Amino acid sequence: MGQRTPLFDLHVALGAKMVDFGGWDMPLHYGSQVEEHHQVRRDCGVFDVSHMTVIDIVGSQAKAWLQYLLANDVGRLLEPGRALYSAMLNTEGGVIDDMLVYLTDSGYRLVVNAATGAKDLAWMRAHLAGFEVQLVERSDLAMLAIQGPHARHKIAELVTSARGALIQHLQPFEGRSEGDWFIARTGYTGEDGLEIILPAAQAPGFFNDLVGAGIPPIGLGARDTLRLEAGMNLYGQDIDESVSPLAANIAWTIAWEPAERDFIGRTAIEKERATGVKLKLVGLVLEERGVLRAHQVVRIAEVGEGEITSGSFSPTLSKSIALARVPMATADRAEVEIRGKWYPVRVVQPNFVRHGKALI
Amino acid sequence: MSNIPADLRFAESHEWARLETDGTVTVGISDHAQEALGDVVYVELTEIGNVFAARDTAGVVESVKAASDIYSPVSGEVIAINEDLNGSPELLNSDPYGAWIFKVKPSNTAELEKLLDAAAYKSAIGE
Repeated sequence: MGQRTPLFDLHVALGAKMVDFGGWDMPLHYGSQVEEHHQVRRDCGVFDVSHMTVIDIVGSQAKAWLQYLLANDVGRLLEPGRALYSAMLNTEGGVIDDMLVYLTDSGYRLVVNAATGAKDLAWMRAHLAGFEVQLVERSDLAMLAIQGPHARHKIAELVTSARGALIQHLQPFEGRSEGDWFIARTGYTGEDGLEIILPAAQAPGFFNDLVGAGIPPIGLGARDTLRLEAGMNLYGQDIDESVSPLAANIAWTIAWEPAERDFIGRTAIEKERATGVKLKLVGLVLEERGVLRAHQVVRIAEVGEGEITSGSFSPTLSKSIALARVPMATADRAEVEIRGKWYPVRVVQPNFVRHGKALI
Repeated sequence: MSNIPADLRFAESHEWARLETDGTVTVGISDHAQEALGDVVYVELTEIGNVFAARDTAGVVESVKAASDIYSPVSGEVIAINEDLNGSPELLNSDPYGAWIFKVKPSNTAELEKLLDAAAYKSAIGE
């Protein structure tokens, strides 16, 4: 048996097909993954993401420590409420994890991946020496993501007036506390929406209220196809410790300036940048019928080979799409091997759908 | 509990087979199979004229989750394929016993007797 979130019993009662995800028993879908996907693109739905690890960073040197720990620069968060996305690198420049970092009134709040939480904490603790910083793992909290074009409007009507007002005023990539809730306008679907971190004991009641108000639960299956359409990396699949952020379409999250900021992995990725990055993460679109899958081989005429890192059927586009790591010289055409046959694919920017609209 | 029609025979690999009055055998996948696969998004059909031995690979069903081979439950020659599945692969989810995949002219109808009946299939899938 895996770990369970505070909502486990509710998922089972709602008919979820439960699967293991990074050691957690999580809902894959509650009937139809494709219907759940459309529900989020067209209206809104609620995801249990309580398996993700929330870590609060406090102490007088929290900022300096995170500026050393992370490839993005928390110095760019100019006021409490602002957030940024960052990779945490090892000394070789590989990605240990990716995360969201919020500047709060009392320090910083990190939200890291479920399967990597323990590894991340070990790495962080091993790099505390010399800093006046404390890490507080918040396993007392649960987290719900409510995503979709109508998410904020609907949620604002279901919560206290103070929380409703906050939800109306939140800017994208902003997160703030209201009482014992932390409400952020962030997500992993390419739609507008919220992520709400709240005391675990309150999560089943709130989740029930949402479902009762007609906001259906959405499983991890749809979460995966939604993030794939949005071109967002999944840790362990598109990025891992052997992958440089420069080859993962997240070079924009590396804060090279100020040049004197020394962060773990900087030397390695500076060298890589100077000698030339060899690989890149691209999007693939299969124009014929079929389904692209992770680990299928990509062949680019006169350039070389690559590999699909994530692939699936895109419910929004009604065709198969993928993320693939390929040689830098790859242009706009490639081929993918599916069961011994080669199929032509279009190479595109890895961003297929945003706010309900096709981008390819 | 999945739907298991009493007039069909089943392979352990979750195909169903129905002997028609004209002696041909119609093949699809069980309700239990479609449930386990999740939303079907693509069916790679075999071709008319292909000749299979029992348990040969005879196509692929791809769901959002994974690709899964289809095996011919009996030996014989493919005489029809359900081209409706090209445009509407989700029929395998909504109507698993109506949405057949292919039909074969069996070379040995005795092979049907080796397949599971409804009761045996029910117990094979633990229901």
